[in-house]
Amino acid sequence: MKRAIDTGEIREAVKNLLMDVNYRLSPDVANAITSAEKAEKSELGKKVLGTLTENLRVADEEQIPICQDTGMAVIFLDIGQDVQLMGEYLEDAVNSGVREAYTEGYLRKSVVSDPIERKNSGDNTPAIIHTRIVKGNEVTITVAPKGFGSENMSRIFMLKPAQGIEGVKEAVLETVKAAGPNACPPFVVGVGIGGDFEESALMAKRALTREIGSHSEVAWAADLEKELLEEINSLGIGPAGLGGSVTALAVHIIPYATHIAGLPVAVNMCCHVDRHGKVTL
Amino acid sequence: MERKLTLPAGKNELKSLKAGDFVTISGQIFVARDAAHKRLMELISAGKDLPIDIKGETIYYMGPTPARPGRVTGSAGPTTASRMDFAAPTLLDMGLSVMIGKGKRSKEVHEAIVKNGAVYLAAIGGAGAVISKAIEKSEVVCYEDLGAEAIRRLTVKDFPAIVVIDSTGRDLYEEVSPS
Repeated sequence: MKRAIDTGEIREAVKNLLMDVNYRLSPDVANAITSAEKAEKSELGKKVLGTLTENLRVADEEQIPICQDTGMAVIFLDIGQDVQLMGEYLEDAVNSGVREAYTEGYLRKSVVSDPIERKNSGDNTPAIIHTRIVKGNEVTITVAPKGFGSENMSRIFMLKPAQGIEGVKEAVLETVKAAGPNACPPFVVGVGIGGDFEESALMAKRALTREIGSHSEVAWAADLEKELLEEINSLGIGPAGLGGSVTALAVHIIPYATHIAGLPVAVNMCCHVDRHGKVTL
Repeated sequence: MERKLTLPAGKNELKSLKAGDFVTISGQIFVARDAAHKRLMELISAGKDLPIDIKGETIYYMGPTPARPGRVTGSAGPTTASRMDFAAPTLLDMGLSVMIGKGKRSKEVHEAIVKNGAVYLAAIGGAGAVISKAIEKSEVVCYEDLGAEAIRRLTVKDFPAIVVIDSTGRDLYEEVSPS
């Protein structure tokens, strides 16, 4: 059945989600950090993870951002094809939600309007908006404000098909090693395998919004997630890169069909502040 | 080893710091990141004086979130130091003594640290809320137009950090995960 949704509702949802995820991590990520503290073998590593748990408590209590890099606002919109959007133009509504969250929520304005001239836009707009038309008559909004300490350490590889799963493993491990202390470990590692150049990157970003503890529904990908997590945690980088047994909290893989000539692999690095929030209207 | 450190500190005090030491810092430190470093380097290239005296001082690579009314600062964790590697050797040669940030440094920065008896400390990335509790005072010194990237002067108490590169050039990051 067709359904009308006012984009004002989307603006409000974007605003509330962005403020919320900047003050409070979703339980899956917060629990993963707490479990990591128990699992960590190095003294210094334990101390770092204890500080991160304390950091989450202070942020929530005082409504102060978990991290000062409150990110560039990445917004995924899954819009049911039976939805009739009413009101303000969709992207303007989303950007209004971003503007209100970052100004009213005391979040940092980290966006420059032009990559070369680099003047701060003053309100953290524009957002990065990924819109998908899906079945049904609902709108699902997922926000994932992304810090650039980890974004800068992300990589894309156009592998040859013959490199196969071994090539994928090497690509992921090479990226994690190079990210080292710069990307604020323990990481969540998003991996897009297949598709084409841009689709693999988008899948890697989307993978970061998946709940920690869940695994890919594709059997080989689920196995690879577990195997890579183990290998990453044997690298010794540790919490904050100061050495230890917990370098990543999770590896999330999304595979997709690809061309007979290619094997794209995108690795989107995320720090332990893997902010993601979702609401369905 | 865990120890207290008061900044600014003398050269002998800095020389006694060893890679891997956990320190709690009290005293005064400057804050500057990308855009401010670009301006400082432009002044140096033009042969002009800097708006701050960095001799013996500390620069913390950080850009805070805005403070809520009545608060000293917003979230205030470290940013990636390597983006300041283009400027750090020049500033170290001009007397900068301590850098606080996160992440690996270039070969040139290592050399300048050893040459000048400086140190590089890491603050815990992504712990901006906890770190904000260690900041007692924060004032913008210059470049207010840069917003979060303005140069600030902080008064800190028990600010937690780890010595990563000591004055002999020992590097904790390299020891735990060689590049």
